[in-house]
Amino acid sequence: MLGWSNGTMAINQELSNDGQATLLAVGTKKGLWLGTSTDRETFTFTGPHFLMHEIPSIGLDTRDGRTRILVGLRSEHWGPTVAHSDDLGATWQEPENGAITFPADTETALERVWQIQPDSADRPGVVWAGCEPISVWKSTDGGEHFELNRGLWDHPHRTEWGAGYGGAAAHTVLPSAGDPNTIHVAMSTGGVYRSTDAGVSWTPRNKGIGAEFMPGEAPEFGQCVHKVARDPNNPDVLYAQNHGGVYRSDDAGDSWVSIAAGLPADFGFTIMTHPRRSGTAWVVPIKADVERIPPEGRLAMHRTDDAGASWTRLADGLVEPEYNVVLRDAAAVDTAEPVGVYFGTRGGSVYASADEGGHFAEVLRHLPDVLCVRAAVVEL
Amino acid sequence: MGGEVNVLIPSLLRPLVADRPELRLAVESAGTTVAALLDVIGGEFPVFNRRLRDETGALRRFVNIYLNGDDVRRLDGLNTAVAAGQEVMIIQSVAGG
Repeated sequence: MLGWSNGTMAINQELSNDGQATLLAVGTKKGLWLGTSTDRETFTFTGPHFLMHEIPSIGLDTRDGRTRILVGLRSEHWGPTVAHSDDLGATWQEPENGAITFPADTETALERVWQIQPDSADRPGVVWAGCEPISVWKSTDGGEHFELNRGLWDHPHRTEWGAGYGGAAAHTVLPSAGDPNTIHVAMSTGGVYRSTDAGVSWTPRNKGIGAEFMPGEAPEFGQCVHKVARDPNNPDVLYAQNHGGVYRSDDAGDSWVSIAAGLPADFGFTIMTHPRRSGTAWVVPIKADVERIPPEGRLAMHRTDDAGASWTRLADGLVEPEYNVVLRDAAAVDTAEPVGVYFGTRGGSVYASADEGGHFAEVLRHLPDVLCVRAAVVEL
Repeated sequence: MGGEVNVLIPSLLRPLVADRPELRLAVESAGTTVAALLDVIGGEFPVFNRRLRDETGALRRFVNIYLNGDDVRRLDGLNTAVAAGQEVMIIQSVAGG
């Protein structure tokens, strides 16, 4: 392991009191910021960690009685890698031979780690990753070493998958808490794929999801699904923010129905579900594919509490006008009560809400483009 | 006939090679290449090696290696032969925004 040190003294002062705090991790185009707060409105930040490294993915793993921060980082010069910290960013470790490296027979090199997703509490040590080029990876040692999922890598559809603007990547990996055999992934472009045999085989699950950027009927696969989130109680219920379209599936992805009515726009990048309550989801609408700004320059999050039947606009505390978008992983919820909601913009503002989006406070501003936001309740 | 090759390390990567500004490597025989030199260095400093080359062995796009002042991409790439007494310089190229 390589030690990777950063100046992070302030964070230890914040954590000198016993109890719980909220850890907020903000990955940007030029570094990582880490904040802690006991009221989720005032945060003490350290950073930038990994200055001049893009941080497209963060995983906060609070299982096993410790808080592990996993980051996918990438330097334009020195390439991509994965590092982790078990002391809230005071020191970082990087496996010498790389946590994610393609096997020699693939003759492929890792470009970017788009997703780091710890599995459920009853599968400690299991961490999933989604990467560019389109690939899914599984770790059983807490994210120190990942193995390429061969089922998806060797998939016959691979040659037909495309690249979104940001690259060809598996950007969403959703394990299922109740069923270790079921995993959903989403890729751009390719859409949603599901495995029901623990990742041995994968089938496209995009029926009902549009592909307005292609002529004719929507295909079996090839959609540009931007993000998928799973209901906390019913693993068959999924929510998807598509490249044009917001959808829900009640049958584990076999079919999707539009839930975009009531939103000011159906384009967007991110979608999140509540950690405990069924029927609640958040999106950040963007006006359109060809006009990628918040509608009328008025940034707002929207929440449904009835599984998409209706939506409530949430903008209290947000600055207007705001012409920057919120990217697919630049938003997160925590697990506190009430649930905290966080997001960052490409203009470098980061907002936090301690009441499910009812009111937001700007907790960081003028950062580089925010690529990834994650939050967790941590023990001090 | 044996000798040494001097490899100059850019300041940003020195922490990955025990803070050394340069590495002197013995060249035992003719036919040694830049890739072979990097293999030797990578054996001791694997993270340093990953910063320069991806897992297929390719030199990263925005890393340049000069052999006695010549960009190895204009020679024979990482297969360029290295002889004792030559100097290898590693520099980050222009990239980013």
